[in-house]
Order: sequence, then C-alpha cells, then structure tokens
Amino acid sequence: MSYPTDRKYTKEHEWITADGTIGITIYAQDSLGDIVFVELPKVGAEITAGKPFGTVESVKAVSDLNAPVSGTVTAINDALATAPEQVNKDAHAAWMVKIKVKDPAEMNALLSAADYEKFVSEEAGH
Amino acid sequence: MSVLEATPLVRKTALNAVHRQMGAKMVEFNGWEMPVEYPAAIGCGIVAEHMAVRTGVGIFDVSHMGDIRLAGREALAAVQHISMNDASRLAIGQAQYSALLYPQGTFVDDVIVHRLGEDEYLLVINAGTREKDFNWVRDNTRQFDCKVEHLSDDFTQIAIQGPRAVDVLQKLTDADLSAVKFYWVTRGTVCGLKNILMGRTGYTAEDGFEIYIPPDETTSARVWFAILEAGKEFGAVPCGLGARNTLRLEGALSLYGHEISDTINVWEAKLDRFCKMEKPDFIGRAALEKAKAEGVKKTLVGLEMVDRGIARDGYKVLDDAGQEIGYVTSGSPAPFLKKNIALAYVPPAQSAVGTTVKVEIRGQGVKAQVVSTPFYKRPKKS
Repeated sequence: MSYPTDRKYTKEHEWITADGTIGITIYAQDSLGDIVFVELPKVGAEITAGKPFGTVESVKAVSDLNAPVSGTVTAINDALATAPEQVNKDAHAAWMVKIKVKDPAEMNALLSAADYEKFVSEEAGH
Repeated sequence: MSVLEATPLVRKTALNAVHRQMGAKMVEFNGWEMPVEYPAAIGCGIVAEHMAVRTGVGIFDVSHMGDIRLAGREALAAVQHISMNDASRLAIGQAQYSALLYPQGTFVDDVIVHRLGEDEYLLVINAGTREKDFNWVRDNTRQFDCKVEHLSDDFTQIAIQGPRAVDVLQKLTDADLSAVKFYWVTRGTVCGLKNILMGRTGYTAEDGFEIYIPPDETTSARVWFAILEAGKEFGAVPCGLGARNTLRLEGALSLYGHEISDTINVWEAKLDRFCKMEKPDFIGRAALEKAKAEGVKKTLVGLEMVDRGIARDGYKVLDDAGQEIGYVTSGSPAPFLKKNIALAYVPPAQSAVGTTVKVEIRGQGVKAQVVSTPFYKRPKKS
C-alpha cells in the first residue's frame, strides 16, 4: 500500500492536504468496512486539532472524525450524504471537509506518507 | 519456577487458518476468534455477504456454537423439564426453537432442540454460554435416567444459507434434500463423509442448512472449500459474523445478551409462541404464570428510523417529550431492506405499531417509529 505524498496523516487515520482538504485513509475505510453514513459539520464551523468534528458509520461500527489541525470549515462534500460508499471506493479522493487552516505550523506535527505507512503496518501487525 | 500450562483465552475453530488465508477480518466474539467479514477483493464485505444470502447463498463457519446430547430412557422428560417448548411434539428428525429458563422465567440461553432418535436429543446452544448451559442441563437433569454429553468440540458446524443453499448442498450429498422440510434434519454422505447430520435450520431468516462434520482441520477445510466450489455457480461467498448479525436482525431473531438474557423473561421478549404453558411442568413455568398475571413492564418492539441516523446497541429510546423510556438491544443498517432498523425494549404503552419515538444518537433525539416484526420475511416458494 502506498499513500499519496501530497498530504499529511494522523494516527487516527485522517489525511489533510496543504490547502486544508480532509479525508480518511484507505486503511481507515478498510477497517470500517461498508460505509453507510457520514455526518459532517456545517460550513463556518470551527474545528479543533485532535477533537472530533464528525462521524463515519459503517454497517458494524461508529467512528469519530478527528481534526488533524484547527481551522474553519469552508466546504463540505455533500455527495457523501447520498453516496457514502465513495469513501470505500476511493478514500484518498472522497474528501470530507475543506478548512481554512488556523496555524499552518500545526501541520508539522502530522505524519508524512512514509511515516504513516510504517505506523499502519505496525498497527495491522498487532 | 514451574511453567504452568496456560488455557488459551481466545479459542479458535478448526477453520481459523482458512479464514485468515481468505483474508477475513478476525474479531473476538464470546471468547472465540471469528471472521467478521471477508475482503472486498473476493466479492465480500458485510453488505455483499448479506445480499448473497438473501438472493443466492452464503457459507458460515458456526463451529463456535455448542452442542449438548441427551440420550436415554427419560431423555424426553429431561428435555421437557429444562426447556420451554414442547419437545413431545417432535417426531424423530424434527427440530424446534426453544429456550432454557431460570426459575424466574428469564433466559439461560435459547436453543434449537433436535430429536435425533427415539430417546435422543441434541441441543444446539450459543458459543458464549457453552459451559454455563452444559452445567445447567447436567445439574437439572440428574433425576432423570438420561445421559448428558457435552459435544461442542466434536463438530465443525457449517451453515449454508440462502435460497440456493439446497442446490449447493444437494451437489455434495446423496441424501434427498427436497424431502427435508424446514426445521427437520437428515443424515447422509457429504463430501465422502458418511452419516453426516444435516439440519434445515439457520439464523438468517432464510432457507438453509447447518451441517455437523468431524472437527479436524484437514476435513473442515476440505468440506469448506468443496461447498464454496459447489456454490460458485450460485454466487456463493463466505460470510462472517457481521452479515450473520444483520441477517438475523432483519429477521428479528433474538441474540443472547441482547434481546434475551438472565434479566429478561419470555413474555417481555415476545417469545410466547415457543413457550408451551400447557405442557408438563418445566423450570421457569411458575414464575412465568405469575409474570403473565402481573403484566410486563417492558416489551420488545421493532423500530425503523424515520429521520437520518442509525440506532446502535445500547442507545436510549426517548418519548416525544425527550424522556427516557427504553433502550435499543440491537440496531444496524439493514442491507437488504435499505433502512435503519433496531430492536428495542419500551413500555407496553408505547409499543403499538405506528407509535413515534426517538432514539438518542450522540445527544440528539432522532425520530423512529414502531413497526411490526420481523422486518424481513422470506418470500414463500411458488
């Protein structure tokens, strides 16, 4: 599995691009299984690094979406309300929200693609 | 320092290596490491597995289920004493859904009672309650001339479920399955193995069979792959516990620890039709008679979500004013019905079909409605 290098990752399995687009990783969608419900904040909402800002539900599980960094929501992916399975099909394209990042320095604390890949291979090995 | 032999905390079925080889996601369930779903790469995943069973056929490893055999001159009297359904109605080769009850009328477990011979019965019990059930049955049948054996580790149990299950198994056996009605059993050669027990039973609200084969890994794997191969033309897929749960929920079939438990009685669980008060005395009967006269305080209902949201196990049920009135025992998206459904306990006053309630989801009351159960009923064969 190779993860795109144009973005950063969290240990909670979210990704974020430099322009503030956020989604969940292919590893996350695979762990969840068939995704049936995505609950997102409204445009204008403030999200806080490390805190939940939404929910993803699969047939069997409920999972929080955690904010990789703090910011203000500028757009949400409405398509996921009617087609949440897009996340299973292409997790790295099916974004959840776009935010205006409050402090770009917070991005430095996140994982690179290589570090994330190492992290999930260790987690999967447990 | 002496080395003690450790008892493994998590048990594995004989098909464990097969599930891993097929890429299944494994989870711990009632002390067993079991497949929850197989990978999308082989056409699986909970939804695909669920749909295969509704429209074609799916194969489940259910070897974690337990088995207790009662045999002897007074086997019927023993079974009658410890179970709530009327086993005297069973012909040889017939099975019935039943339950073992505590004296309070609550559940030790639910079981399928099979009459295998003149004085021989097989109880198929839940994985998480194996030891408890066996001890209960043994301790409460001592007064009868009847041998009680724990056979849980003597079988690999495979469920073949779905409208095409009969076609798949028929390819592998010499027994005439068309002569076996729902909730009857037969014996025959399966994949060259002689005298294999096959029951037309299951936990999916669909037609299907459960077969009991020798528990060694080689035989188990050989039969598992033979069934999958025979089922190829019918779209057979391996299915995990995830689909098993959504399938049984659509059929509103009870799960021990959820809809039934040691604190819930037969009337509350609405299993009246499997409880025969007119048969000779059985454990729990007196308490049930009293409970019936007193009336129930909570009753099991089916809920369908009206507004967007998924009810999950343990979520609170609220009335229109936001007051807590009950709880969800099992809740999930229903892959075949394409609705979000749940089973829940509510007061009888709020149990009528059509009643509007709310389910508390992440602090919000989300509208739901009481609907009739089962949510799904398989179409009658034309």
